[in-house]
Parts: sequence; C-alpha cells; structure tokens
Amino acid sequence: MGMTMSQKIIAARAGLPAVEAGDLVEAGVDMALGNDITAPVAIREFRRTGAGAVFDRSRVALVPDHFAPNKDIKSAQQCKAMREFALEMGIEHYFEVGEAGIEHALLPERGLVLPGELVIGADSHTCTYGAVGAFSTGVGSTDLAAAMASGSVWLKVPAAIRFRLAGELGGWASGKDLILHIIGMIGVDGALYRSMEFCGPGVAGLSMDERFTIANMAIEAGAKNGIFPVDRATRSWAASVSGRRYAEYEADADAEYEATVDVDLAAVPPTVAFPHLPSNARPIGEAEGVALDQVVIGSCTNGRIEDLRVAASILRGRRVAKGLRCLVFPGTQKIYLQALREGLVEDIVGAGAVFSAPTCGPCLGGHMGILAEGERALSTTNRNFVGRMGHSGSEVYLASPAVAAASAIAGAICDPAKIADPAGGRAAARPRDGRGGER
Amino acid sequence: MSETRKAAPIRGKAHKYGDNVDTDVIIPARYLNESEPAALAAHCMEDLDPAFARKVGKGDLIVAGRNFGCGSSREHAPLAIKASGVACVVAESFARIFYRNAINIGLAILECPEAAREAQAGDELELDLAAGKVRNLTKGSEHGAKPFPPFMRSIMEAGGLIEYHRERLARK
Repeated sequence: MGMTMSQKIIAARAGLPAVEAGDLVEAGVDMALGNDITAPVAIREFRRTGAGAVFDRSRVALVPDHFAPNKDIKSAQQCKAMREFALEMGIEHYFEVGEAGIEHALLPERGLVLPGELVIGADSHTCTYGAVGAFSTGVGSTDLAAAMASGSVWLKVPAAIRFRLAGELGGWASGKDLILHIIGMIGVDGALYRSMEFCGPGVAGLSMDERFTIANMAIEAGAKNGIFPVDRATRSWAASVSGRRYAEYEADADAEYEATVDVDLAAVPPTVAFPHLPSNARPIGEAEGVALDQVVIGSCTNGRIEDLRVAASILRGRRVAKGLRCLVFPGTQKIYLQALREGLVEDIVGAGAVFSAPTCGPCLGGHMGILAEGERALSTTNRNFVGRMGHSGSEVYLASPAVAAASAIAGAICDPAKIADPAGGRAAARPRDGRGGER
Repeated sequence: MSETRKAAPIRGKAHKYGDNVDTDVIIPARYLNESEPAALAAHCMEDLDPAFARKVGKGDLIVAGRNFGCGSSREHAPLAIKASGVACVVAESFARIFYRNAINIGLAILECPEAAREAQAGDELELDLAAGKVRNLTKGSEHGAKPFPPFMRSIMEAGGLIEYHRERLARK
C-alpha cells in the first residue's frame, strides 16, 4: 500500500522504509519553534531534562511575537526569559523585535522551512508550513522541550483526507475563503488527527501566500497538518528564500485516503465564519449588513504582502466608516518595508486605519485592539471562539482581507464587489509596480 | 514507576460541558503572561463557566463532548486543569494537541463517548485507567474506554515526557 505525502516525510525522518496510519514513531526534527508564551514553559521543562545544550543551535527558532513588543511587565519577563535562554544556548534563529515578526510569516521568509522538512512548533498554527510541502505540526511546550533536548518528536502517523481542487477562484474569493468554505463543510473536528492533503489542477492557481493561509487553518478543522504538493511556484519560492538543498516528496498513486473531497474553486464565494466557531461559515450574501465596531487585518493567517495589497486596493481613496476602528498588522518587518515601498501604508493610513508593528496582538485578545463587552469585530485571523479577542461577551467574524477592507469602509459586513471592481480580486494581489508577479 | 497503575480507581464528581471546549475558554490568553500552574488555575474555564474555579474540588472530573481542548497549543490549558485539582478529563474525543499535552504533563484523560454522553453534572464516576473502564455510580452503568497505546502508557508511567526522556538520557 502506498503512502501519502505526509507519511513519506515522516517515514524519511523516522529512518523507516514505510509507515502506516496509526503507527507511533520517533522522528527527527528539522526545525523546532517556540514563542514568548510557549517557550518560557518549554525552557522550564528543558531544564528538567538534564540536557546542558540544545540538540542543534541552528535548528531551534525562538520568536517573541504574541505579547511583543512587551505589553506589560509579566510579558516583558517572559520575553526576557526567552531572550536569555537564546543567548545562553547560542540559538542562531532568535529574532528580536525589530528584525522579527509573526513566527509563521517569519520562518518561511527567512528560508528556515523548506519542502520535505519536518517541523514542529509550540504553536498550533505551525501547520502553516505545509504550504511549501513540509510536514509541520503544532505541539505543546513539553514536546518543544523534549525536541530541543533530543532533536526528535513522537508522532502518531496520521491518516489523510484528500482535497482535490479544480478550476480557479473568481472575483474577490481568495485562499481564505476557500479554507473557511472547507471548514464549513467538514466542521471543526472534520479532520481530527488527520492530514489535509490538497491536490488537483486547482493548486497551480493558488499563490504561495494563499497556500500559507490555507495550510495555516488546517488546525481549525482539527487536522494534524495541511500539505500542498511541491510545484513550480513552490520551487521558485524556495529559490527566492534559501540556497539550501531540499527534498521533494509526492503521494504514491495508491496512497490511501479516508475520504476525498472535491472542490470546484469557481464555486467558492467570499465566505464569512460567524461566532463562535470557524466552521460557522456562510456565503457573503448571508452576512452582509452585520454592524461592526472593529476590523482587524493581519495575523499569521492573512498578514502577508498580497493580503495587504488587496486590503490597500480597497481602502485607497476611501474612508473607514465613522465609529469603526480598522487595525492593520503586517506579518513581518520585511513585509512592512515592502508595503511602504509599494505605497500600501499610505493608502491604509490615508483611509483612517491604524498601521501597526508586526505582532499577534489582537488575534488572541493579547493587546493592540481588545474588544469590550458587546462589541463585534470582523477579522482576517483564524479563530472566533468565545472571548478570543477580548471580553467573553464580544463577537468575532472571520473573513478575507478583501471582505475586511470593504466592511471597514461600509461599517458593516460588506461584499467587496459592491465597493470595488467586481472582477478585481486577483489583480489586486499583484505587486503595485505593474511588473506582475509569480502567481 | 508505575504508581499511577497501582493507584486505586479515580472516583469523583462530574462537571459537565458540551462539544468543542476550546483552550481559549479553558484559559483565556489574557492570563498567558505567566505560566505558574496555581495562577492559571484561578482562571480555569473562566469564559465558559466563571464559577468553575470556586466550585471545583480536588479529585473532581471534567466530562465533555467532542473535540475537547481544540484551538491553541497552549500547555497552560491542561496545566490549569491539573492545578485546579481535576483528577481526569473524560470526553467523547480530544483535540490532538491537547491530547499530547495532557499525556506529556501527566494529566489523566480518557476517551469514552458513551460515558461522556450519558453523564450529567454532579454524577459520581469511578474510572479505572489501567483497565479502561468508566462506571457511573449515580446511574449504575459501566462503559469501556479507548485504551492507550503502549508507547503512551510508557510516557504516562514515567510520569510525563520529561521524565521519560530523563530516564532515556540516564541510560545512554
């Protein structure tokens, strides 16, 4: 029996000729990641292992992003503990505020995750890197501690669900709409413990930024990982971020899938997930008119350059509705600079929105945009659980950057096609300098 | 090392919750600027059941529906539950990162759909982790739970993942 793409990577890193769903294996880790919330717990546990050093100084990444720049004294203590540990251990990939950004936007940008690699992170959205054809999954702090000490992780080999994509997204529909649409179909535990393997002719039309968004939210369907095949776009992306060698894996023709879900991309509408689960997905037509207090654009899900381009194209020359706060967070410092160069920041600030330093900030109700009781936000982030962005009596709707920008202008949830060129979505994601771009 | 194996069955009172109890309600992110288990326990389940921290007693049980612990990977969630005095979480199913974290830090969990569906708040349950059995003493019923694979049992028997690795490092 053949193996899925995820199973092949796990087998290779476990040093086994083959694995099957349900096998428990110990696999080598190419990169282990922690942040300012999860690393302090991991460091405490790491000390208890008795290991004097991390297994490889170049294979651990520590990123202060959740409550950084430090939001209060306790957060400052946590960031300090992580910084001191990084210095003590000589960890090469520690990124200080100013050079950093949101971990899952940062690591790919720095070429620290490449196709075929096995990555674990003490953050549930570590599944983001499946976009580049890596096996990557979120774990807890103790797993991170053990991986920092041993260079390995225990994994139960996942079964898989195959998502066969056909056609092309149309209008203002984006990768975000696709993943919300899929989670709406299968539910928040629809892929529990499983791999979500994306394939089919529709993949080629999805940009790398869109693939990051889609893989990022695999966890919101309960999945262990989400993964894309390695294609021309992936190779071109990999060459642009790193000169390191990498291995390409593809699923065997006779790989076993628990289920196959066919998705016609042309039929995916701009989609909004209603409170309080990402699976409460509805087409934009059923969401329009819901009044909003705040709009957030950014996060590890949608804080990449294409997301900012799309948002800026809608905000440009318009005004954020009176009484609504619109907050925009670039994923990294590099994305911030690119947005400046392309004039996106001017469009965004000119429209009356805030343009912030990179941080996870409001996504998890941390800082920089907390909701009061009874307030309602629409956000390009990934979770809308009770109290996620603030008071337990507040509400979060999830959507794409295009829907978010249009809604910020309208003051209520709004279809971008009603404000901007109905056909303009794909064009708006391309670089502003008119040279086009690798799609 | 197998003290947990030999221990008497866990007996406790059920606190009952529904499906998809996420880690944001188990321990809201506003409290993640520290990681001391006792401090976290003071806010355990706060956004779902604000009275939980006051009413939970040592040895009590959390009983819930599908996908318990979904969302964030924060280990603070099982740490908060453990520090609250909860002896075991019984659910129809667990989200995968929560499941790993619970095993890794030594919080007992049990997947038993029938018992989880049947139990009501206040029911007295008796759990035999080794045998994988849940008895509802209030209702007079018994259900079999999903057994743990041997590898996970060896982590649990060591007392958690760190202890498991320490033993292995010591043997090297």
